[in-house]
Amino acid sequence: MGYPYPPDEKETVVLSQYFGDEGARSYQGWVKRGGYQALEAALAMEPGAVTDVVKASGLRGRGGAGFPTGLKWSFMPKDSGKDHYLVCNADESEPGTFKDREIMRWTPHGLIEGCAIAAYAIGAECCYVYIRGEFTEPLAIMAKAVAEAYANGVLGEKLLGTGPRLEMIIHRGAGAYICGEETGLMNSLEGRRGNPRIKPPFPAQAGVFGLPTTVNNVETLAAVPHIINRGADWYQGICLGNEKSTGTKLYSVCGHVQKPGNYELAMGTPLEELIFDMAGGMPPGRTLKAVIPGGSSVPIMDAEDVKGCLLDYEGVVERGSMLGSGGVIVMDDSTDMVYQIYRLTRFYAHESCAQCTQCREGTAWTVKILERILGGHGKESDLDLLLDLADNMTGTTICVLSDSCAAPVVSGIAKFRSEFDAYLSGARPPALAAH
Amino acid sequence: MSTAGASASETSYQPVFTGETMAALETLFERYPTKQACMLPALWMVQEARGWISERAMAEVAEVIGVTPAYVKGVVTFYTMYHTHPVGRNVIQVCTTTPCSLCGAEAVLRTILQETGCEELGRTSTDGRFTVQEVECLGACGFATPILVNDDFIESVTPERVAGLLEGYK
Ligand SMILES: Cc1cc2nc3c(=O)[nH]c(=O)nc-3n(C[C@H](O)[C@H](O)[C@H](O)COP(=O)(O)O)c2cc1C
Ligand code: FES
Repeated sequence: MGYPYPPDEKETVVLSQYFGDEGARSYQGWVKRGGYQALEAALAMEPGAVTDVVKASGLRGRGGAGFPTGLKWSFMPKDSGKDHYLVCNADESEPGTFKDREIMRWTPHGLIEGCAIAAYAIGAECCYVYIRGEFTEPLAIMAKAVAEAYANGVLGEKLLGTGPRLEMIIHRGAGAYICGEETGLMNSLEGRRGNPRIKPPFPAQAGVFGLPTTVNNVETLAAVPHIINRGADWYQGICLGNEKSTGTKLYSVCGHVQKPGNYELAMGTPLEELIFDMAGGMPPGRTLKAVIPGGSSVPIMDAEDVKGCLLDYEGVVERGSMLGSGGVIVMDDSTDMVYQIYRLTRFYAHESCAQCTQCREGTAWTVKILERILGGHGKESDLDLLLDLADNMTGTTICVLSDSCAAPVVSGIAKFRSEFDAYLSGARPPALAAH
Repeated sequence: MSTAGASASETSYQPVFTGETMAALETLFERYPTKQACMLPALWMVQEARGWISERAMAEVAEVIGVTPAYVKGVVTFYTMYHTHPVGRNVIQVCTTTPCSLCGAEAVLRTILQETGCEELGRTSTDGRFTVQEVECLGACGFATPILVNDDFIESVTPERVAGLLEGYK
């Protein structure tokens, strides 16, 4: 079921089946619910065959980029003679996204099982689970579950007592959004500043500690045991829209809805059903103004874009945005779009690792110009200046944090220009004290 | 989490990595292929013990990890959760990023600043009880407004709830 509300009949409950069920948290509880059977089944297969099942399922990365998971695993070298690493990305810091947190809180063993299967498939004997430092509760729950998995012979010298060795280490982050970017994460794990690295080399060739590495998101890995248990065909069959998007996806809905929370949907479910039916729609008397459908880094949709939009990788792109991490930020007609876009750019300015000039300067100047506009001192030319800056910030840097800051500015000006104009003309009183 | 020792002067520096703490770090060294990978864990150990990470402590971490003190400082200052100055007995982090802002996070922050007597972000209240920080998305946007008080993650905080919540932190 979704969380914290009981399951809606329109949900397709797979990963979230045990959300809210405290009994599923312990090793015994997990085994009672059929846990670790998928790992056992995977260990009876050749590693390459496990990868093939995941490939055939159509599973795509749930961390934001939607890269096919089985294909990513197949990039890991065979017989390289080097140590391989699996890194589970539990840095979840994309504004609007809070699904990995629930997976870790309720089904830690499900995640461990997914990690173990992935590690087996890619030939890794070590898995680091990098959890953001603020997630104190998930950190404690995961640490306990990993200890239980060692104590019960799941992890350690021999996976489930029969397979290859697997060590699993929980690594605590310390507050930095950019450490969710996979190469920033790897630097952080190595004890450095979390600056993203230039690709190539790609992680599968030279990842953490310079060795072949696969980085996967929590939700991606948590889906793997279900795919092994129920088969690639079953997973691929969960598809209401485009066949390139299969399975279920957890959506975190927040902002101006009556029932914010996590909802698990079959790929291709209409966005309107999620917002208006499952999440209860806007507060009484309010209407929909805007939605950011994939975590804060994707373009803003207006109410018109939302109509008829199907929630899958292709469906959201068709409507000018992206599915991203599935963090759905809903804004009603009371929202000051200029202020909220400004607040988003402040996030990116704060989180820029500052190694690329376009990002360091671009995010800072975007904030300053928006501050000026909100302070009632904007100039006619400021919107063009913002768009020019955004252009320079897109596709020019090592990672896409800079692009992510530009996205809401560009889409915001395109769709809500009159709100910017109201500040510029003085029709709307300043929202910020002058600087 | 207590912040005992936050006022210890730099001259009378007592190393963190002795006895059990050093043993814990040694165990960690075995779990990573490089010593440097234990940087973040080692810094957490320092903050746990001292409440913040002084220049002297950074030098100690540099020594046990095998890098320069300047390198450690570069790492410490990259991450928002490490304190490079002494902090109050209780540190409160308040999220005000867009999803929380839509749900009134700024009002929660204002109330917390008032109720704690901190008045300003980053300043410690005169009784040494609180330091308040504004932070970016805490990864719980559906439960606006989340705050982190020391290690306690508290969801759905409203201005009305603030006074009652703070009572538990002396
Ligand atoms: C700025 C930035 C932040 C990111 N943050 C996260 C994150 O918090 N969690 C995550 O899983 N992926 C995040 N990603 C995506 C990762 O780089 C990577 O694509 C992902 O972890 C791969 O896993 P997947 O293929 O299973 O999705 C981020 C990317 C960027 C550019
Ligand atoms: S925006 Fe506040 S928790 Fe995400």
